[in-house]
Amino acid sequence: MMPARAIAAASGEAAHLLEGGWFLDHAWIIPIVPAVAFLAILLVGRRLPMKGSELGVASMVASLVLSAGAAWQWIGRVGSAAEGQFVEPVVHTWSWWRIAGVDFTIGQHVDGLSVLVALVVAFISTLVQVYSLEYLRGDRRYTHFFAALTLFSAGMLTMVLAEDMILFLLGWEIMGLCSFMLIGHWWEDGANSRAALKAFFTVRTGDVGLLVGIATLFFAADGWTRETLGLSGFSIRGIAAWALSGEPDATVITVAAIALFVACIGKSGQFPLHTWLPDAMAGPTPVSSLLHSSTMVVAGVFLVARLYPVFFVGFDVLGPGPNPVMVIAAITIVIAAALAFVQTDIKRVLAYSTVSQLGYMMLGLGAGAWLPAVFHVFTHAFFKACLFLGAGSISHSASHHSFDMKRDMGGLRRHMPVTFATWVVSTLALCGVFPFSGFFSKDEIIDNVGNNGYSFFMWVGLGGAFLTAAYMTRATWLTFFGEPRGAAAGHHGHDAHGTHGDDAHGTHAGPHESGPLITVPLAILAVLALGSGLLNATPFGAGWERIKDWVEPVAAVVPAESHAGGDVRLVAAAAPSAAPTAEEGDHHASPCGTQTPEGGVCYAPQLAHAAFKWSKAALSMAIVLAGIVLSWLLTSRLFGARDPRLVGLTGRSRALRAGHRLLVEKYYLDALYERVVVRAIVGPIARAAYAFNQRGLDGVIHAVAAAARGLARVTYGTLDQRIVDGTVNGAGAVAHRAGAAAQPAQSGRVSQYGALLFGAAAVAALVLVLTVT
Amino acid sequence: MLVNQFLLLGAVLFAIGVYGVVARKNAVLVLMSIELILNSVNLNLLAFAMRSGTVDGHTFALYVIAVAAAEVGVGLGLVLLVYRNRRSISVDDLSEMRG
Amino acid sequence: MVAQQIGFWVIAAAMVVGALRVVTTRNVVHAALWLVVVLSGAAAQYLLLAAEFVALTQVLVYIGAIMVLFLFGTMLTRARIGREQDLDNSYRLLGVPVALVVFAAMAIALWRGFGDERLPEDARPVPTSAVSDQIFGPYLLPFWALSFVLLAAVVGAIVLARKD
Repeated sequence: MMPARAIAAASGEAAHLLEGGWFLDHAWIIPIVPAVAFLAILLVGRRLPMKGSELGVASMVASLVLSAGAAWQWIGRVGSAAEGQFVEPVVHTWSWWRIAGVDFTIGQHVDGLSVLVALVVAFISTLVQVYSLEYLRGDRRYTHFFAALTLFSAGMLTMVLAEDMILFLLGWEIMGLCSFMLIGHWWEDGANSRAALKAFFTVRTGDVGLLVGIATLFFAADGWTRETLGLSGFSIRGIAAWALSGEPDATVITVAAIALFVACIGKSGQFPLHTWLPDAMAGPTPVSSLLHSSTMVVAGVFLVARLYPVFFVGFDVLGPGPNPVMVIAAITIVIAAALAFVQTDIKRVLAYSTVSQLGYMMLGLGAGAWLPAVFHVFTHAFFKACLFLGAGSISHSASHHSFDMKRDMGGLRRHMPVTFATWVVSTLALCGVFPFSGFFSKDEIIDNVGNNGYSFFMWVGLGGAFLTAAYMTRATWLTFFGEPRGAAAGHHGHDAHGTHGDDAHGTHAGPHESGPLITVPLAILAVLALGSGLLNATPFGAGWERIKDWVEPVAAVVPAESHAGGDVRLVAAAAPSAAPTAEEGDHHASPCGTQTPEGGVCYAPQLAHAAFKWSKAALSMAIVLAGIVLSWLLTSRLFGARDPRLVGLTGRSRALRAGHRLLVEKYYLDALYERVVVRAIVGPIARAAYAFNQRGLDGVIHAVAAAARGLARVTYGTLDQRIVDGTVNGAGAVAHRAGAAAQPAQSGRVSQYGALLFGAAAVAALVLVLTVT
Repeated sequence: MLVNQFLLLGAVLFAIGVYGVVARKNAVLVLMSIELILNSVNLNLLAFAMRSGTVDGHTFALYVIAVAAAEVGVGLGLVLLVYRNRRSISVDDLSEMRG
Repeated sequence: MVAQQIGFWVIAAAMVVGALRVVTTRNVVHAALWLVVVLSGAAAQYLLLAAEFVALTQVLVYIGAIMVLFLFGTMLTRARIGREQDLDNSYRLLGVPVALVVFAAMAIALWRGFGDERLPEDARPVPTSAVSDQIFGPYLLPFWALSFVLLAAVVGAIVLARKD
């Protein structure tokens, strides 16, 4: 174990020693705490007074405190840097295995991005665990639930803070496993375990890409990174610098970027692998909230943001044409938003909304709007978690564990004022209404996409905003307005999860507000959904763009120095102050990302930021308001007044019916995967095996049998009848008597034979060993 | 490190595996015990490879792993078939061959 | 080498405990998980024996593939996953002396054969290229045979486990 030194690099003359701090140096404790708590819950959880949940909550609070400390010190570190100076991440590595002079290391990589995401993850995890205390009370596998939830957070935090791709992969896979356990938490219901399997396998399909991408990057970058930086080809810093060094072959880096992006498609539910995400709603609501607001699905976005230089160079971001990330993201935004219109399950609406919002993040990343995309991760976590927890609160306290908006909800605003208020705040944030947080992130993405020259995708984004506003208005109206229906009106009868042993809540008289363990997290999240946008409020001037200062890496040329000691060629030895940006203070002059950096390496590409214009904001506001108003009118006429012109419209118009059917069938993608792809692969293999068995093997056996019969006839006639028979008859008599004596041992039981065989062999061996000296 | 510490560890695992094969009734558990035995063999192969400074042991360890994969595949296929026909995978129930 | 010695004993203890649990636990899924402990321990021991490629293969094939097979096998043949009384047969007690005799025979032979002979201290890790040279050189024939075995196993497993 050898702790490598913390790296505090100075760039050129404007060298400032960057501040560090205990929390930054010990950020690796953040994922360790929940990991240890997971083990503790497994071992002693059942014996504790609160069945292990207190360990989970306590560990998440500890992680939250540590992340907050790290964030605080990171802000200090950024503040201590000079203008235009690259803020080195706080990296510590330990080598755990050394073979043939190569160290395998494990370590932490703390920079603005990881601190931001770690803080969000720890925060949402804490709230979700508190919420689960109430939501899953009395559940049969309460302890296991908290164990899996805690391990899940540990996996995400590991991934966020990982120094190298191996550890990143580890965290990624831990999350995949835990998501499987959590989605299938109520696995006695066949649909739930199918959803868990579907999520697991779909994500695994993408994970192949991650493995291929990591391997490609390692073999392509390892030599360069060792020579220049003394880092392995798994190191995230090494890969970033390599991608921007002008060194990589265009094909190789494109292949790597495609492979990694396939993994992101799977994990972040992008088209065409988004189908698992809505089905994953089968899990308990806190799980949906955690997985689909800030952790699991954001992992893919995080991967792109983390290895952004690879995607930047590999996909030629900011280049003239559209790149795969943007195209996939644009498709995802539109199709997922359209699907949200035909859902009756409130959680599925939110699931498709998540898919669509992830599309926005990917669109931002693909179009070079790195910071707005990352900021959208931040704000989305709060309002989406709030919406999911609100949906859970409704089903928990008002609709008898049903999530069906059309059948069991309606008019709930009178019964659940807190849930209603938080829902409305979060919905407005999701729609991007000024001054809610979604406005500052989503509008920034759309704005920057247009500013970087992709006007078509900007209009797709605006269209998506219209759809978002419309389907969220529909869901809000169905849930909270109109006349109460089904369970919300007090009708008992069907209890969707009554079979799961949580019947403790099944005795409510009617819809009512949830308890404080549920409403307090909701309120906290709603406040953040309202206010978190102000952390990067571009409209109010540069002074408000705090997240930008704290999180976005400065694209400056940094002198390459060895991170591992030893004799490593120092690229910058002859050019000590070759970082022009540091002196000019003009960010746009940085060569990073566009040309080969001279005299050093770059860790981040130079990106442009759109100047804010109120006219553009007014345009998007108008579109969002149009969506809300139009949807409100249509929904209230259709479901409230039962306007005869609208009711049954999908039955009357053929075009509308076909469209509706296409959406209900989810574009037939599930059918495609299950019937066509799976059958096309599995069927032929089975058939080929069968045919081989029937013809190939049987043919051989028949031929051998025929030959043997011929031979036997000859033998029988001459040899057998005369010579052998006499012997055999005598031997048979002996064997018959011996067999009768040995019959008790011939029970036909395999294990008894095994015991006798091993025993005899062992005794014989022992005799041999003892006699042979 | 002694050669014997690896070899004896292998022997312990082998003996435990033998116990499992004899004592277990569930066919899946019998297969697991066989895996224990195969692993103890691999441990020996690699210990000898290091002792003699040759690579042959590694090669055979890899072959053993591959054969083990094939064995588990077919073994579990058989277990599945037995289960489908008899709704039980207890090896004691398979006593049709009684003489 | 002290660290490696400590490592050996810690891992060995974990492996023995794990192996004992595999053959004694009353829960099939637990048995599979304990088997993972033993197999991971074996992989770690291979690393101590400077066989990193075999260790990697062990992790990938055994822990990655074979264990999944086991879990699938368990789930496909068992309706319930949990404690069961009926996992051991009536010859359980016969197994103990058999195992002890087996162990005694091997232990005596090993002790006589190798005594306190030491492994070479300066052993270099075996490069993977050397292993591949062996496989595709002198041991090509077994390799071919093995590929037939695997093919037969694939075909056989599908034929056996096919639904109709």
